[in-house]
Amino acid sequence: MAETVADTRRLITKPQNLNDAYGPPSNFLDDVSNPQTVGVGRGRFTTYEIRVKTNLPIFKLKESTVRRKYSDFEWLRSELERESKVVVPPLPGKAFLRQLPFRGDDGIFDDNFIEERKQGLEQFINKVAGHPLAQNERCLHMFLQDEIIDKSYTPSKIRHA
Amino acid sequence: MSFFGFGQSVDVDILLNDADSRKRAEHKTEDGKKDKYFLFYDGETVSGKVSLALKNPNKRLEHQGIKVEFIGQIELYYDRGNHHEFVSLVKDLARPGEVTQSQAFDFEFTHVEKPYESYTGQNVKLRYFLRATISRRLNDVVKEMDIVVHTLSTYPELNSSIKMEVGIEDCLHIEFEYNKSKYHLKDVIVGKIYFLLVRIKIKHMEIDIIKRETTGTGPNVYHENDTIAKYEIMDGAPVRGESIPIRLFLAGYELTPTMRDINKKFSVRYYLNLVLIDEEERRYFKQQEVVLWRKGDIVRKSMSHQAAIASQRFEGTAPLGEARTPGQLSDGSSRQ
Repeated sequence: MAETVADTRRLITKPQNLNDAYGPPSNFLDDVSNPQTVGVGRGRFTTYEIRVKTNLPIFKLKESTVRRKYSDFEWLRSELERESKVVVPPLPGKAFLRQLPFRGDDGIFDDNFIEERKQGLEQFINKVAGHPLAQNERCLHMFLQDEIIDKSYTPSKIRHA
Repeated sequence: MSFFGFGQSVDVDILLNDADSRKRAEHKTEDGKKDKYFLFYDGETVSGKVSLALKNPNKRLEHQGIKVEFIGQIELYYDRGNHHEFVSLVKDLARPGEVTQSQAFDFEFTHVEKPYESYTGQNVKLRYFLRATISRRLNDVVKEMDIVVHTLSTYPELNSSIKMEVGIEDCLHIEFEYNKSKYHLKDVIVGKIYFLLVRIKIKHMEIDIIKRETTGTGPNVYHENDTIAKYEIMDGAPVRGESIPIRLFLAGYELTPTMRDINKKFSVRYYLNLVLIDEEERRYFKQQEVVLWRKGDIVRKSMSHQAAIASQRFEGTAPLGEARTPGQLSDGSSRQ
């Protein structure tokens, strides 16, 4: 029985421009590294180096490096939760127990702990910085590329660098 | 399904006159099993006999009347008590009296209207069946026989392609195209996805077929979504200017025709969902409705064996120059 054979030929497409085919893909790379503990005594805190390399036009700087501490990440997270519709991923733990005195180890300045926290922060910032909606938020750009975070800034959306 | 009632003194059976030649079709039952039932189309006559076999030939069967009904009804699972009958035909076979020996009663429902296709879904069921009833004082003897009805359509006159440009500002712009908006159940979805702008790290892309069954009206509308198929069309990260082809054969999936507002009780609609997934498992998607319809087979009605062979021979010598794009044929062609 002759059934009509369906036409399964591909639809006509535009040939790809060679520049597009072989050009560098639009991309970004976030690194959290080089933790350093600064200060003495009760005023001590640990900062982490955050390096961004990108060719996405929405970022003002193609390469940038800043130092941030854990509470800065907390600030970024709460800003994003409030300002954007993004479901913001969780941060690595706040480690309240480690802040109590009379511990056997170095508490929140323990090397292993800092290493684990550093990896958690890197995962967090990669998830957030790659999110198309989070990329529109002024707070993210300030966090990643401005020297100092101005916590009294006016939240706004960024269209294009 | 049959109820024998108290003191099963009689076996009731419903037999169709064209049981030998009529095709059977598979249909899913409520508990997911697949059974074969006789297949009917709109307008076809339903004729047969109701046969009564007395278990004990010496015992007479007193009754208040014997009848056979042809029923088409919609049953909403959350409201089982109320069956909405949209087709109800009755034929009285015997007046109140006695049955002294096993016998058969002929019946014929001519050119019965069967406006909707049989459907068994998650929350609603539409079925057609014959029901023979022997009325008695205490309890009736009832025998039901389900049949399956298919509704056929011809190639639609207008079947434009679906072509759209969608995206997220400055991040991802794609143009997708599907070759038709109306597909028959054994059709192929041919399409393409063209990337105009890619600034996110895409991991892969897939097409899902989603069935949405809607029951209830007004404030009590309930949608049940079911993903019938997931078909990966791209693995890896695309760049600007790339075109990804789509070729999705529908015959491999359990689909029904699109059913819109059947008897104002329920709808079954189908959607193509294009899903892109990035490195962080974020999903970007675009849903588009497609209309599914049932194409008639070449040998549509039950024919005698010889007539069936004759038509097969005729089809086998059809010229090679047949058009390869059924969608471009005009309506009412001999494709039926």
